[in-house]
Amino acid sequence: MAIENMTMHTSLLENVVIDSSKDAIVIDGVSKVFRKSRPLLRWPGKARKKKEEVRAIDNVSLTIKRCEIVGILGANGSGKSTLVRMLSTLLIPDTGSLSIFGYDVVKDERIVQRLINRVSVEASFFKRLSPMENLLYAARLYNMSGAEARVRINEILTRLGIKQSRIKAPLEQMSRGMQQKVAIARAFLTSPIVLLLDEPTTGLDPRSKIDVQKFIHELRDQHDATILLTTHDMEEADMLCERVAIIDEGRIVALGENAELKREVAELMGRAAPVSMHEVFMYYTSSHRITEDDIKRYGSWEKAFEALEAQRKDEDEE
Amino acid sequence: MASLLHQGRASYAFFERNWNLTKRYWGWEVVWLIYNIVNAMSVTYIGAAAQLLPGTKGLKIDPAPLILYLLIGTSVWSYLSVTFEGVTDLISIERWEGTIEHTFMAPISRFTHLVGSCWYAIAHGMLFTFLQLLVVGLFFHVDLSHANYLTAVFMLLIGSISFIGFGIGASVLPLLFTERGSQMSYIIRAILLLVSGVYYPISVLPSWMQSLARISPATYVLSGLRSALLEDRPIWSADIWSCTWPLIIAGVVSVPLGVYIFRLAEQYAKRTGKLKRNG
Repeated sequence: MAIENMTMHTSLLENVVIDSSKDAIVIDGVSKVFRKSRPLLRWPGKARKKKEEVRAIDNVSLTIKRCEIVGILGANGSGKSTLVRMLSTLLIPDTGSLSIFGYDVVKDERIVQRLINRVSVEASFFKRLSPMENLLYAARLYNMSGAEARVRINEILTRLGIKQSRIKAPLEQMSRGMQQKVAIARAFLTSPIVLLLDEPTTGLDPRSKIDVQKFIHELRDQHDATILLTTHDMEEADMLCERVAIIDEGRIVALGENAELKREVAELMGRAAPVSMHEVFMYYTSSHRITEDDIKRYGSWEKAFEALEAQRKDEDEE
Repeated sequence: MASLLHQGRASYAFFERNWNLTKRYWGWEVVWLIYNIVNAMSVTYIGAAAQLLPGTKGLKIDPAPLILYLLIGTSVWSYLSVTFEGVTDLISIERWEGTIEHTFMAPISRFTHLVGSCWYAIAHGMLFTFLQLLVVGLFFHVDLSHANYLTAVFMLLIGSISFIGFGIGASVLPLLFTERGSQMSYIIRAILLLVSGVYYPISVLPSWMQSLARISPATYVLSGLRSALLEDRPIWSADIWSCTWPLIIAGVVSVPLGVYIFRLAEQYAKRTGKLKRNG
């Protein structure tokens, strides 16, 4: 189903105009600071603590074109999930703006919610309910009739390798990998035109990972979906994404096509052959940018990285 | 029209989900039903023992009206508790299960979300209370010769609207305070039990508590129900009207106000990052 300049006629997207000339996702100068809450009660005479601040996202800009699969790579706490939660209308940015096909995620919240869906790192379900009951609930929220939803749920879950006998059994009896597949099925069920995948394959066994990765490609190829993927898995990012952004302490420190980034880092590291995505990530997220002098002093880039990271840890402990 | 159909489906989604949860947690349903029945019976036996209590020696007391008085109190309290819990839990359950973000990013209005959860809470509360009344009624001789059932149903329905409004207002607490919010809603429920005249006339309370009783919808529901079931008062009687108009005002004000406050709290939660799982 190609999306040209037209009014979509699916029940969910009725009267929503999608302008295909616009970029699918535009993140423009977004920042987000969290303030840790203070206790409600304190002992008399005890000074009120100042609120601690955490800058989760720091002036991030990123544009994703229609049908692109873009990866956001970052360590734990680097701001990946915060960014996805802002795109999912679950967090309001302090500054800057985010839009999906030209619709602002704050001002046009309800329209944006019809265009997107999300898979989070934790398969968030009512664990006592079965996959069918959980997905039926989700389908009705997204304007599907019960009969239509049951057919699609069976199709998608079977496609993801979930046995019929499991579809009506409580989710708590399923492995984490199976639960994550059901979470992915929930997102696919509503045929979103923008899919936000927040570490969707974390904790999956290799076979399940491959199933999910195939399904992601299928969704893009057959349904024209635009996909934003956050991951720790460099191989997965390399295989699935056309471009990646590396995020560190809330800032995007590198952005480009995979091959281009590998070449650039190889040059910076003084190598003839392109480096791996893992090395690209380590290069951009190292606390100390490794120079030619460091490489000479320690013998190789890897040794320089290890030595300087160890030095930083010692300094932190002191 | 299409939008109405969507919101209708979404509203039913909450009803169906909650019904499925009730079925899956049936063990707890049975436990709470037994607990409430036993609690209602122990309170109602106070009425049966009226002539045996200290200070009543030599007095001729008819226990039947007192039994009915207490039975109405326990039943209404059971209904209020189950309904209020159903509404306030709409956030805490989702936080606990980790589905809160998924529900809040669905393309539905908050009104639909809240109404969908509330109408299940009312149906659940009514069924629960009916079963309780049925069992407890078997143990006592209940004199319903002066009962006006139409007025009783009217009072319960009109009171439910304000219970929902108050419930929505209270459900803001778990939204704003991830763990403490649920604790606070229990405190609110306990205060309602104390001041609303569930087991005694509010005139026995200190004057400051009576002021609180006047803003509790449960006070008017209980008073109206007792007038209906003990004194056969029709809907249009002055006694019932004195309970009806405060409930109409409470319903008209509390539901839109509750939804408005909820919307403000949601915006606050989205600015501060409080809309996430807990547990």
